[in-house]
Amino acid sequence: MNILIFSVILLGSAYMAGLLGSITGLGGGVILIPLLTLIFHVDIRYAIGTALLASIANSSGAATAYIKEGITNIRLGMFLEIATTAGAVGGALIAIFMPVNAIAILLGVVLIFSAAMTIRKKHVHAEQTGSKLSYLLKLNSSYPTPNGVVAYKLKNVGGGFSIMLLAGILSGLLGIGSGALKVLAMDSTMRIPFKVSTTTSNFMIGVTAAASAVVYLQRGYIDPGIAFPVILGVLAGAFTGARILTYINPTTLRIIFGIAITFVAIEMIYNGLHHQF
Amino acid sequence: MTPLKKLLGDRDIELFIGQVLRTGVITASSIALLGGLLYLVQQGAASVPDYSAFKGEGADYTSFRGIFHGVATGNATEIIQLGVLVLLATPILRIFFSLIAFALEKDKLYVVITTIVLGIILFSMFGGLKI
Repeated sequence: MNILIFSVILLGSAYMAGLLGSITGLGGGVILIPLLTLIFHVDIRYAIGTALLASIANSSGAATAYIKEGITNIRLGMFLEIATTAGAVGGALIAIFMPVNAIAILLGVVLIFSAAMTIRKKHVHAEQTGSKLSYLLKLNSSYPTPNGVVAYKLKNVGGGFSIMLLAGILSGLLGIGSGALKVLAMDSTMRIPFKVSTTTSNFMIGVTAAASAVVYLQRGYIDPGIAFPVILGVLAGAFTGARILTYINPTTLRIIFGIAITFVAIEMIYNGLHHQF
Repeated sequence: MTPLKKLLGDRDIELFIGQVLRTGVITASSIALLGGLLYLVQQGAASVPDYSAFKGEGADYTSFRGIFHGVATGNATEIIQLGVLVLLATPILRIFFSLIAFALEKDKLYVVITTIVLGIILFSMFGGLKI
């Protein structure tokens, strides 16, 4: 296969990854790493470096629209980024000492968890009493809904912060946005309305990914020949996804996709256990 | 003074941050597209390098000096890496602008929080993590 054909196929696949990633809310990285390793037979380290780039492109591209709508809680995002960036740098450091197989197996486990998270019950209720820390850190806010502006308050800020630290470590270790864990921290632990947690999570992914991507770039995990079709493809796919999201009902798609990702994850774990990375 | 005054509104700052992100992504992808096209014109017919074995990229692709030197000589792959650098810089720049925004709002607590985040990222950039 020559470089031209490889690049065109990769561009098309990255487009699909970006499209599905944005419709299902899982992000491009979750699809990209299995795609690159299982189908294109790219070493998982190149795949991780490239997936981080896709996460940054995805997050930065979509954040603009969400900020405009006024849903993103920027103070909360900034506060939690202390945990995610510290975790991400730590994760990128641990990655040096981790065998490639272990990374593949861990990725498989996280993929299954992410798939399960997309089909669970969502928290829409806005809490009216917040914890002490939420007032101290000025994290309570409001967001627009079809029925007018709704104010919400936060619970268990410390617990959410700890889960974010874990999300950051996984992100740095595996090259994914860890969107599912971030939403778990905000949604289930801090009791933030679902819409606010997804958009704020997306807003944070870019910074989290950049913190570890810098390390990966310096370590030579980012190859230009893989990077350019992936960046362009994922971005175009994510933009298309955001457009068509208003016309389709993603629930069925999420379930089908969740099942598909689970199979992919099992294959990653299987290959990891049989030392095929 | 008008633009500065306008920046002082909380909502305007948020919109400005959103704009920074969009501009960064568009710039990065334009550079990557340019480098990519050039790369395909120059090397499109060559066979695909073996990506299944991890070798790690050399200094040409991983250091500021290497990348800028390659860009100056019109090297396609280094132009792509420049696009990668711009993409990486975008969220970092966003934090930097947030820091200015919180300072203008005189929100001391969030100036401290933002500085910590910026510090962690700068540490990972210059902290000698290169192995």
